Amino acid sequence: MWGWFHKWSSPRWFYQLSGRLLPWLAVLTALTLVAGVAWGLLFVPPDYKQGNSFRIIYIHVPAAAVAMAGYMVMAVAGAISLIWRIKLADMVMKCCAPIGAALTFLALVTGAIWGKPTWGTWWVWDARITSVLVLFFLYVGVLALYEAFDNKEAAGRACAILALVGAVNIPVIYWSVEWWYSLHQPASISFTGESSIHPSMLRPLILTIIGFYSFFAVSLLLFVRNEILNRERNTRWVRELILADSKV
Amino acid sequence: MYFNNIQELWAMAGHGPFVWAAYGITLATLLALLWVPLRTRQQQSRNLRAYYRRLNASATSLTDGEN
Repeated sequence: MWGWFHKWSSPRWFYQLSGRLLPWLAVLTALTLVAGVAWGLLFVPPDYKQGNSFRIIYIHVPAAAVAMAGYMVMAVAGAISLIWRIKLADMVMKCCAPIGAALTFLALVTGAIWGKPTWGTWWVWDARITSVLVLFFLYVGVLALYEAFDNKEAAGRACAILALVGAVNIPVIYWSVEWWYSLHQPASISFTGESSIHPSMLRPLILTIIGFYSFFAVSLLLFVRNEILNRERNTRWVRELILADSKV
Repeated sequence: MYFNNIQELWAMAGHGPFVWAAYGITLATLLALLWVPLRTRQQQSRNLRAYYRRLNASATSLTDGEN
């Protein structure tokens, strides 16, 4: 187990593995997103109450789900980097922040656009929406905090602590629609019981959720690979790689 | 297809502006999340090549890294 752990934490090994994974993930992302979005926009009948505005679900729900999952990736990577001082974990944590911030922004904006024709308002200060806004500020906070330090090791530690403390917000977002009275509807998809969304509407949603997770992986790997090249610039393998690149 | 023609698809019975705005913003954001690291990679390659030229000039040796 420790050998495996050690191997995984090697930036060089991670760079090579991610290079092999990226094309497959890119294809998976493109296929699931194109199919899911085309299905959801063109073929699913409109909701009996909300009409066509419900089609925003196929981007709103995946963006929100991956924004939350991405935060957990960032917090866990932060914890690993704090405890075991693994460079790669610090890079992953840092690179989750811009992607997570962008996806949280998407969840908020598509939610606002969906809210206008459905609830009659762009915004309400209710528990779900406010806690997702807090998630956005946490991501932006990690980004800003990292840049605020000249010493990047200290920056990494400070960001890891912020990411871990902020993780308390994730269950708050998840259960906010149950704990407080909210305009936002509770979850329609259930893993344990029957989902309250019709299967014809659910199937494309499952595709776009897979697509957004896969997209997150692609974007994260691209950011992390840049970070690896930058921080490992004084190693032979990076020099050989960069010089070989330039000949092509 | 659920809609009869492209005009109906565009209008979405009045919800068109909302739906298409949401999808447009999403597409732009996702593309940015790919474009930014890809562009950074190109700049980084240039910067690193210049860095190695300077290193060569000053004859500093590189390490093997951790693994």
